[in-house]
Amino acid sequence: MAIISLPDGRRTWRRFTPSQQVIRWFAYLIGIAAFVWCWNRISEATTWFFVWDAPRIAGDILTRAMPPRWSYMENLWVPIWDTINIATLGTIAALMMAVPVAFMAARNTTPQMNVSQKVFRLIPPFMRPWLLTSTGEDSYSIGLIRPLALLVIVSTRSINSLIWALLLTAIIGPGVFAGIIAIAIRSIGFCAKLLYEAIEEIDHGQVEAITATGASRWQVMAYGIVPQIMPAFAGISVFRWDINIRESTVLGLVGAGGIGLQLSSSLNVLAWPQVALILLVILAAVVISEWVSAKVRGAII
Amino acid sequence: MSATATASELDLLLGRKWKKPPFIKRPWLRWGLIVGAGIYLALAISSVPVNWARVYEGLERGAAFIAAFTSPDFVSRWNDIYHGMMESLIMTVAASVVGILISIPIGLGAARNIAPLPVYMICRGIVAVSRALQEIIVAILLVAIFGFGPLAGFLTLSFASIGFMSKLLAEDIESMDRVQAEAIKATGASWLQWINYGVQPQVMPRLVGLSMYRLDINFRESAILGLVGAGGIGATLNTAFDRYEFDTAAAILILIIGTVMALEYLSGIIRAKVQ
Repeated sequence: MAIISLPDGRRTWRRFTPSQQVIRWFAYLIGIAAFVWCWNRISEATTWFFVWDAPRIAGDILTRAMPPRWSYMENLWVPIWDTINIATLGTIAALMMAVPVAFMAARNTTPQMNVSQKVFRLIPPFMRPWLLTSTGEDSYSIGLIRPLALLVIVSTRSINSLIWALLLTAIIGPGVFAGIIAIAIRSIGFCAKLLYEAIEEIDHGQVEAITATGASRWQVMAYGIVPQIMPAFAGISVFRWDINIRESTVLGLVGAGGIGLQLSSSLNVLAWPQVALILLVILAAVVISEWVSAKVRGAII
Repeated sequence: MSATATASELDLLLGRKWKKPPFIKRPWLRWGLIVGAGIYLALAISSVPVNWARVYEGLERGAAFIAAFTSPDFVSRWNDIYHGMMESLIMTVAASVVGILISIPIGLGAARNIAPLPVYMICRGIVAVSRALQEIIVAILLVAIFGFGPLAGFLTLSFASIGFMSKLLAEDIESMDRVQAEAIKATGASWLQWINYGVQPQVMPRLVGLSMYRLDINFRESAILGLVGAGGIGATLNTAFDRYEFDTAAAILILIIGTVMALEYLSGIIRAKVQ
């Protein structure tokens, strides 16, 4: 916010000072230049003839795809069942692995040890935020396992489930099993991240109360921490299950089972009426799972 | 809850061993859920065909893949990797810019407190369609229509960004502080001035945060679009897997993870600056 003097001597209000404005315009300039450069690169790699022809092609595909081949539905029930299984079993497996990872990543539950200031100085500065869990008067608590847990979270989260599926079909062969494991691995990071944030936000008083009764470390966890994160845990599970239904519908494109297999084989033979039906089924599955997840989360929270 | 329990309820509990209260209170619902889940799990697990011999054979390849992470091969396919990564980044940046620009008017239209009902319905419809279709399916259709190459990927990511950004932006606008916006209106501001001075400053921090987050998501998604021919690093990765060149695949995955981490770090800094 700034008061600016105009050339004729009057004073007026502007939202930004001149130097702020210069910086903003410069940022916009860089942004636009970057976008134009990117667009040119995309444009060079594009066959524009196909693009000008696109409306005709789109219309052509649409007339071929309509009406959907409803009779193909009888071949789809088993793939739908497989798809639901991939999502559900994958989510369950992911949660089993995510819980220990989350407890290892949360600052208040990760195994930690106290070190003196002298030792703490030895740690390189960029490592400190990863390791430090709490600061005492002149001692520092560091968790050595925490960076490992965070690495698991980041690496499983950054890689799409289709890539995991691609990898797993190469390793353990195509099929539903590869899909389940792909979904499970991909979901670990997501669930563990949300869960460890929930663990870090718990009310410390309850934990202290349980500790004061002379409870062991595991009892503190079971009676002090777990009841507090249970609603978050249930919410995260359902939320991830919803996403997994969505993702498992396309895993078949790389051979990992489910309705995507039918989609890819129909696409390969250009059977557009079947493709239309499958897309409708996928759309319905996505909408229903989102509805279920919203209802369940509404009931929990 | 013990706080709401009456004295007679407490008398009943006296002298008995304390039991942890169950997460789901109604017993019929609890047992129904447990039995239902058990039946479902038994059915589901028994219907998954697992070829353990094949899995056992694969363990060796799995070990080879994990070992490849210790010696990733960036060199022998560097040209392909470089072009794939550049294409992914280019698609990501271009699609994020276009997606965000388009999602701002749609986000405004999808906020019930500033848009009239017909506009609201149309914009919510666009958001719903964009969110219901997954990137990869959109990419398949767009590749069929526009041909192979990054243009299809760019359009896919832009389309997906619109649904995501508009929905979250609209929710943020709906939960904004009405008083500030009304104060601007009371000065006699036009509609555009009202949006610019009353609404925009309130949602700007969140919009910047969301944009950075979407940039991050778009990059991750761009890594798979190549599988269906929509450009980017996915095609290179697919080829590497098909040829069992695990060291090259490991190099690509490390680059993807590294880029995602760098983007997350960057967005953390920018969000901290804006908020």
